[in-house]
Amino acid sequence: MTLPLYGTASQSAGFSSDKARSVLRLRSVDSAAERHVADFALARTPADIRRAIEADWPSILVVSDGSTDLPGQFTGQLVAVSPKYDYLADGDVIGFDHVSRKFRTLYRRNSAHNSFLVTERCNNYCLMCSQPPKDVDDRWILSEIKESLPLVDPATRGLTFTGGETLSDWEDFIAVLKECRDWLPETAIQVLTNGRAFADSRIVDAWKEIGHPNLMAAIPVYSAVDHVHDHVVQAKGAFDETILGILKLKDRGQRVEIRVVLHALTAPIIEDTGRWLARNVPFVDHVALMGLENTGFAIANDAMLWMDPVDYGDGLARAVDYLSAAGINVSVYNLPKCVLPKSVWPHALQSISDWKNGFVEECDGCDEKNACSGFFTTGRPRFSRGIRAITS
Amino acid sequence: MARFLSPETFRTATEDLSLLPFNFERTGANQYLVANMVGDFIRLTEDELSRLVDLRVRPGDGLYEKAYAAHLVSGANQKAQRQLLAARLRSRMSFLQQSTPLHIFVVTLRCEHSCPYCQVSRQSTDRSRFDMSEETAMRALDIAFASPTSRIKIEFQGGEPLLNFPLIRKIVAAAKQRSGKKLDFVIASNLALLDDAVLEFCKENNVLLSTSLDGPADLHNKNRPRPGANSHELAVAGIRRAREVLGPDWVGALMTTTEASLDRVDEIIDEYLQLGLDGIFLRPLSPFGFAIKTKQFAKYDAQKWLAFYERGLRRVLEINRQGTPFREFYATLLLTRMLSDRPIGYVDLRSPAGAGLGALVYNYDGSVFASDEGRMLAETGDDAFRLGHVERDSYNSLILSDKLIGAISSSLTQCAPECSTCVYESHCGADPVYHHATQGDALGIKPLSAFCARQKGIMGLLLDILENSPEDAAILRRWAAA
Ligand code: SF4
Ligand code: SF4
Repeated sequence: MTLPLYGTASQSAGFSSDKARSVLRLRSVDSAAERHVADFALARTPADIRRAIEADWPSILVVSDGSTDLPGQFTGQLVAVSPKYDYLADGDVIGFDHVSRKFRTLYRRNSAHNSFLVTERCNNYCLMCSQPPKDVDDRWILSEIKESLPLVDPATRGLTFTGGETLSDWEDFIAVLKECRDWLPETAIQVLTNGRAFADSRIVDAWKEIGHPNLMAAIPVYSAVDHVHDHVVQAKGAFDETILGILKLKDRGQRVEIRVVLHALTAPIIEDTGRWLARNVPFVDHVALMGLENTGFAIANDAMLWMDPVDYGDGLARAVDYLSAAGINVSVYNLPKCVLPKSVWPHALQSISDWKNGFVEECDGCDEKNACSGFFTTGRPRFSRGIRAITS
Repeated sequence: MARFLSPETFRTATEDLSLLPFNFERTGANQYLVANMVGDFIRLTEDELSRLVDLRVRPGDGLYEKAYAAHLVSGANQKAQRQLLAARLRSRMSFLQQSTPLHIFVVTLRCEHSCPYCQVSRQSTDRSRFDMSEETAMRALDIAFASPTSRIKIEFQGGEPLLNFPLIRKIVAAAKQRSGKKLDFVIASNLALLDDAVLEFCKENNVLLSTSLDGPADLHNKNRPRPGANSHELAVAGIRRAREVLGPDWVGALMTTTEASLDRVDEIIDEYLQLGLDGIFLRPLSPFGFAIKTKQFAKYDAQKWLAFYERGLRRVLEINRQGTPFREFYATLLLTRMLSDRPIGYVDLRSPAGAGLGALVYNYDGSVFASDEGRMLAETGDDAFRLGHVERDSYNSLILSDKLIGAISSSLTQCAPECSTCVYESHCGADPVYHHATQGDALGIKPLSAFCARQKGIMGLLLDILENSPEDAAILRRWAAA
């Protein structure tokens, strides 16, 4: 199942033209929570709409397939979207463009996988990038995130910031993280970054200044050898800056996760990479070894990148051994149990975001389905020849 | 559609490469063992080594990748590898931040044993001559508390320290009254005098017991004569009783190797195993004091000892393979250095040396030594490591004494001949007291040194197992794991 997170509203009314975009939070019609100016009553039926008006809601979002008629006395704001989006629920936050009526779901309160895209710009150009970089002025996204943060439930367990390179406008982005510290101190904040910016001491110092109690920089390292990494990320000198960045972060006591995406350029050497990480940076807080999501550039480079996980399972198992022996907390993401050696199972997590996670027919008869990552439903999924229901 | 660049685009030109520091040693007709600045090992063929040294390498040729991952070569303009090496070296050497964590109090020289290899003990009942006075003990405590480290271990030795148990009580109570440092206590005793009062005291004050156990009864009793010839029986009974009352982690045993031990290593190990101990420290015979005088030391050389050690290590590995976790502690220390960057300040495995910086010894008469062996040398008339006296000296005057600075600075492996280019240097140590005792010189000529021969022998053996015996290698890696 893939949830549609983007779309165009079928109707809208009451939005002023001196502002291009708004951030809206949905509330159930009967919600007793204190109302924020950004709150919209979430109505699914004509009866809901009536109750919302009776309850004096100044703003209403309707999920319905017909056109919505509102009583003449209603002068507030209205957005109507098709039933495709009926997953929307109390506490969710969406960004809405007044003129084009385009919207994006920014935050779903019931999901464990909320992430904010910070920018599409990047100084790497990874061969398997799932979010191919675009050189556009998208600084409005940061303002939208700033507007959203006060609307996010402070009980949210985790939030991820992703890109592009999240530190492209590092000063503005660090300001956003400071807002996270103030609004969401209980939430684990994870920032996906290529880490190169941290080679600049000013930026690591600013990062340290944020002082969020649970902030982690998740940084990819693809090889122990400079040019192999640089080729994967298509940027000469990236390896040197990334490793330097990791060292500077740890030197200042900041939390760091290392991510290795596994494909035909990185998976055959994963044992070497794992041994190197274990020996050289055992002080990182987490290492994630990740199956490839076949979308974005990964589809274009399929011939160069596809490798069946069953063909690198043994090396992966040895990498996991080296890393755990060095006392590093290590996880394997995005790879189904049946393609992994058993010794790796305890490290294999259900890591795929709920909105793009699925299983295949074979999985119906499998004992491990409840503990299995399953598959990405995005892009053009490729399936291992090792998929086999596990039965005792 | 996007344009992607080829792998070649990202390769540094050969003229922009530069070598990082490394040491190497020929280990076979066409084979070299190579260690980078922090002691990670790789093997290279002769051809590979000369191509590397001449920088006839090129990214993509396989050798470059091997050498780059091992921090032997870098891009001249790159910083990350150099910073990584610096960070790792800093971690490895960070034991230096804890100056003088160990303080040994020789509370009496008297002993009821008469071991032939023992350097220092006296059979005497004359308390006034051979016991430490309370005044001396309190001055020694002042010095111990003046050391910069936040945690100190106070170890009671002898002679047989339990012969002056009242003073041990006083020192522990006085130390606990002073604030500002975390404290550990150890009593090194033959346990012949262990009784309920001692056990209760240990339990109350978290005192660890460390005893001697040389192996099976006949061997142990031959090494350790006492009236009644029951040293072994008393030690074993003491270990059992102490484990019962204090818990298994609160009593340890150390063995002394003599010539009679050399072909009995399996039996010695089994003795430890049967007692439920979690490992054994296979120690060389020390060349000090009476051991030199009685020519015990000369009776076997490093090669004989290495054969003993290898046999012992293989027996220990076999025990592990059969399912019982059991360690050899010297290998554990070396492996921790070889496979991780955790700081190991163990006295024989550090440079700058552990003399004084790692431990100070307060003799019964108030004189202060840089190491326990230094005290034993003094018994044979050699005062090279006698740093001063508790009455006249402070922590600073002892640590900054010319004797100590001379011994430590002249023995640094980082710049010593032979050591500075040795492939094992990162994991080895300076032992100025040993080399002074055997060669009359704190630095020593390493090709003539049994210490050096042992270090090279053990590390070579451990590497061989790590590389060639996967099952045993997994056991060794577990020992080194955090
Ligand atoms: S059969 Fe399906 S559910 Fe079972 S392990 Fe494989 S992918 Fe997972
Ligand atoms: S003592 Fe021997 S083994 Fe140790 S560093 Fe010196 S030369 Fe190498």
